[in-house]
Amino acid sequence: MNEENIIVCRCEDITLKQLREAIKDGYDSWDKLKRYLRIGMGPCGGKTCKLLVLRELAMVKNVPISNLYLRKTVVRPPVRSVPFKALEKEASL
Amino acid sequence: MTYDLIIVGGGIQGVATAYELAKRGAGKILLLEKTFLTGGSTGSCAAGIRAQFGSEFNVRLMARSLEIFEHMDEELGYSKDYLELWQGGYLVLAYSGKEFEGLKRNAEVQHRFGLDTVILSHEEVQKEFPRVNVDGVVGATYHGRDGHADPFRVTFAYAEAAKKLGVDIREWTPVSEILVENSKVRGVKLEDGSKILADRVLVSAGAWTTALLKTAGVDLPLWGEKHEILITEPWERVLGPMVISFSRGFYIQQRPHGSFIMGLPPVDPEHWYEPEEFDFSSSMDFLMRMTKEATHVLPFLKGVNVVRQWAGLYEMTPDHHHAIGPVDEVEGLWVAAGGSGHGFMFGPAMAEQLSKWMTDSPMDIDLAPLAPGRFKKGALVVEPAVVG
Repeated sequence: MNEENIIVCRCEDITLKQLREAIKDGYDSWDKLKRYLRIGMGPCGGKTCKLLVLRELAMVKNVPISNLYLRKTVVRPPVRSVPFKALEKEASL
Repeated sequence: MTYDLIIVGGGIQGVATAYELAKRGAGKILLLEKTFLTGGSTGSCAAGIRAQFGSEFNVRLMARSLEIFEHMDEELGYSKDYLELWQGGYLVLAYSGKEFEGLKRNAEVQHRFGLDTVILSHEEVQKEFPRVNVDGVVGATYHGRDGHADPFRVTFAYAEAAKKLGVDIREWTPVSEILVENSKVRGVKLEDGSKILADRVLVSAGAWTTALLKTAGVDLPLWGEKHEILITEPWERVLGPMVISFSRGFYIQQRPHGSFIMGLPPVDPEHWYEPEEFDFSSSMDFLMRMTKEATHVLPFLKGVNVVRQWAGLYEMTPDHHHAIGPVDEVEGLWVAAGGSGHGFMFGPAMAEQLSKWMTDSPMDIDLAPLAPGRFKKGALVVEPAVVG
């Protein structure tokens, strides 16, 4: 299948081709790809794309996924996106 | 190998200064970054750019910075779309007569330096910006060239341009010590114990600057302060300007990408000097306070989904202005930090002027009063228009 037609990140419409080019251009970690392509920053919060991206990085670098660098202490709530109106009542207490 | 200059810190300040210095032929430059480029405060900032300040310094510098942003595509070879440059203005709301008077005074300073900030009455705000809830709003100021630029893309663009001019950039290379001999800088020591020598060292490491300078025996009153922020899902364009209030503290902007980015200052911020103290956790308290302000001033946001919260550091100085220039105590040691929440937007202008200073060229805007020595001398510079 053509890598131009494979969507890796559904929130930001990033294709496998774009991902591979970004990695080649030196954006070769989850943190940098996020900031360069906005991959993982959409409504899914990386739940769809992260493993696909890590697998690609692992292949390029020829290391197991467990050896890739990931900042362990970074937590970005909310777990699932939530509309402001669902928070409003609580916020006005 | 010995470098002419080592820059510590891969945020906007360090990277843009590396580029500006390379452009001016300042010799062999090495930039060291502890994590990855934009890994510190630049990468967690709110991406706003504005010239609506109150102090003469800040207005002049930001007027220049906006010009640089406006021509950055030609200068660095990346399109405005890539850089996510958006000039939808900043709408600064006043919630009391006194606050409105202050904004008008700021506008006078802005007019003096060629900016066409407009003063809007309550009714004019309502008419021009129908999505803004004007409840309690006395008036506002608006400057249409303020707006947004993507901190990641701008920094990456400067980095690529700097590399083309021969700057070496090393990520994942933490500096543990600044080496000094007989009150003269010698280079830096890395966390792995190796040393890199240089005639000059520039520390532009945001809130991490203070601890690094301490290793050179230099005491700088610059601290990190946690500020929280959030972003929503992207929408089609419905809001032009950044909507901001200095008294209530909120700022809300729709990015070119479509998402709404917004923040509020902390209620009772701690002052952190040591990196071990830095805390980047997100809180429910912030989410609730932000929800209240956001849905009040922009009621249409009620139906918008919050996607992500994060936190970053403002690097504060006693007078909310940069500490920039040579360090008195150590020859060859320079500092450029302390943007006090505005480091990204000032970055391009500060880098340009600093590079002139460091190459003994005349500065267009004299940064000398912002040299770090001012804190000891008590010569502070006052800025009335800040959030938090």
